Amino acid sequence: MRYSGWQVLAQGITGNRGWRPAWRDPAPKGAYDIVIIGGGGHGLATAHYLAKRHGLTNVAVLEKGYLGGGNVGRNTTIVRANYGLPGNSEFYSHSLKLWEGLEQDLNYNVMHSQRGVINLFHSDGQRDAAARRGNMMIAQGDDAILLDRDGCREILPYLDYDQTRFPIYGGLYHPRGGTARHDAVAWGFARAADRRGVDLIQNCEVTGIDIENGRVTGVQTTRGSIRAKKVGIVVAGRSSQVAAMAGMRLPIESHILQAFVTEGLKPVIDHVVTYGMGHFYISQSDKGGLVFGGDLDFYASYAARGNLPMAEHVVEAAMTLMPVIGQARMLRSWGGIMDMSPDGSPIIDRTHVEGLYLNCGWCYGGFKAVPGSGDCFAHLIATDQPHPAAARYRLDRFATGHGLMDEEGTGSQHNLH
Amino acid sequence: MLIPCPQCGPRDIREFTCKGHETHMKRPAPDAPPTAWDDHLHNRDNPAGPTRELWYHGAGCGAWLVVSRNTVTHAIAGATLAREGAR
Ligand SMILES: Cc1cc2nc3c(=O)[nH]c(=O)nc-3n(C[C@H](O)[C@H](O)[C@H](O)COP(=O)(O)OP(=O)(O)OC[C@H]3O[C@@H](n4cnc5c(N)ncnc54)[C@H](O)[C@@H]3O)c2cc1C
Ligand SMILES: [Zn+2]
Repeated sequence: MRYSGWQVLAQGITGNRGWRPAWRDPAPKGAYDIVIIGGGGHGLATAHYLAKRHGLTNVAVLEKGYLGGGNVGRNTTIVRANYGLPGNSEFYSHSLKLWEGLEQDLNYNVMHSQRGVINLFHSDGQRDAAARRGNMMIAQGDDAILLDRDGCREILPYLDYDQTRFPIYGGLYHPRGGTARHDAVAWGFARAADRRGVDLIQNCEVTGIDIENGRVTGVQTTRGSIRAKKVGIVVAGRSSQVAAMAGMRLPIESHILQAFVTEGLKPVIDHVVTYGMGHFYISQSDKGGLVFGGDLDFYASYAARGNLPMAEHVVEAAMTLMPVIGQARMLRSWGGIMDMSPDGSPIIDRTHVEGLYLNCGWCYGGFKAVPGSGDCFAHLIATDQPHPAAARYRLDRFATGHGLMDEEGTGSQHNLH
Repeated sequence: MLIPCPQCGPRDIREFTCKGHETHMKRPAPDAPPTAWDDHLHNRDNPAGPTRELWYHGAGCGAWLVVSRNTVTHAIAGATLAREGAR
C-alpha cells in the first residue's frame, strides 16, 4: 500500500480496517546473495539502497532483537552536516542531501525537520574556530551563518548569556541541520526494503560467520544456518563481538551514551542548541518533550544504561545554559552502546575475508549518517569499490597513520572522543 | 559504581578517571614492529562481560588501579594497585 493523504482519508471513512503490517515477517531462507547482520538504521538503509540502486533483492537483514530496538531508536535525533575534515565533510554532506529527499524516496513520514542547529561559542578563540568551520562547511557546499551575541539572543532568548564562567559570544548556525523522528527512520527504511523484496528477519542472532578458503560462505544464527555470497557486518555497539566471529580484532571500544527527556511542554525550543563547554545539547521533540544529552560516561559498557555522575553533569550544564529548564520535570533517561573508534570517525571497508564487509565506528553521531552510510555500504557490497563519499573511511588508517579523521583534534586514541 | 581502592577503601566513581583496558600497561618493546604498536594502540578485545581496566584515583590517593569490572552488569569484583601488577 502506498501511503498518502488520500489513504488516510479513505481509511478514516472506512473505519481504518484496511491498514496492513508495514513489512512481512518471513522465515529465513537457506541462502541469500547478501546477508546484512544488524537491523538498525544502517543495516536497514543498506538493504534499501542495495535493492533500489543496485537491483539486489535476494537480501536478508538479520536482527537479533526487533527492528529499531538498538541505537537507531535511542538517539537524540540530530541530523547535520557541519563537519570540517575531508572524509567526514563530503560524507555528511552526501548524507544530508539524501535526508532531504528521504520521505519521498521511502514514501514514509520520518518527520525530518530542518529547524537549524546552533553551536554556541564562548570566547574570541572559539569564535575564530567557528568562523573557520563555517567557511569549511560553505566550501563543501553546505550552509553556515556566524551569529553574534545579539543574533543568538534574537532566536534563542531563553539562554543565560551572562554566565560567569562561559558567557555566550555567539553561535555557528547551520540552518539545514535539524532533527528527525528516530524510529520512523528505521520503520521507513524497513518498509521500503521489504517492499522491494528484502527479507527482514527479527529475533535472529548471528552466532558465527562461515569462512572457507578465505571467502565468506554464510552465517550461523539462532534460527539456523544461512548461506550467503556476501555478508555485511553493521551492528554498532556489538561490532567487536561479531567481527571476532571472523577472527578480527577491531579498533573499537564500546561505550555508553545517555539521553534524557522531560515531560511534554508547549513549544519553547525551536532549534537544536549545543553547548560545547558544558557538554550539553538540546532540542524539543514534536511531542513536546525536551530531549537532551551530553558526553559518554567514559568507561567501556554494554549495559544500555548509564550512571548518575553523567546524569548530574548533564543536568548541571542544562541549568547553567538555560535556567528555565529547572521548571520542567524529567520523564526518563536511557542509554545506548556506542562503537567508539580511536579517531572518532567511522569505518566502511572490506575485510581480510573475501565477501565480508564492515561498517562500524559511528560513535555517538551515527544517526545523521543513516542514509549516507546505507548508500555507501550498499555501493561497496554491490560493486566492491568504495563509494566516493566514503572512500576515506578505511579500516587500515590506524595502522598506517594516513587519513586519520580526528574531528575534535584531541588525538587518535581510545577514550578521547 | 563503588571502586574498592586498596589504599582508600570503597570510593564513588566520581573520584576516578577511567583510562581503558589494562592493555595500556603492556607496551611493546621500543623496537617492536609497527604491527605490534598498531595492535597495542588501537585494537581491543572489547569484551562484553568481565574485563580489567586502568582507573586513576585522582580525587583520592592518586594511585593507578587495575579494576576488575563487568561491562554488562557494571559489577566491580575488585581492584589492585597497578604498580604491583607491573612488578
Ligand atoms: C543516547 C544516544 C544519543 C545519540 N544521539 C545522536 C544524535 O543526536 N545524532 C546522531 O547522528 N547520532 C546520535 N547517536 C548515535 C546513533 O544513534 C548511532 O551511531 C547509530 O544509531 C548506530 O547505527 P545503527 O542505527 O545501525 O545501530 P543500532 O540501531 O544499534 O543497530 C545495530 C543492530 O545490530 C543488532 N545486532 C547486534 N549484534 C547482532 C548479532 N550478533 N546478530 C544480529 N543482530 C545483531 C542489534 O540488535 C541492533 O539492532 C546517539 C546514540 C545514543 C545512544
Ligand atoms: Zn585511593
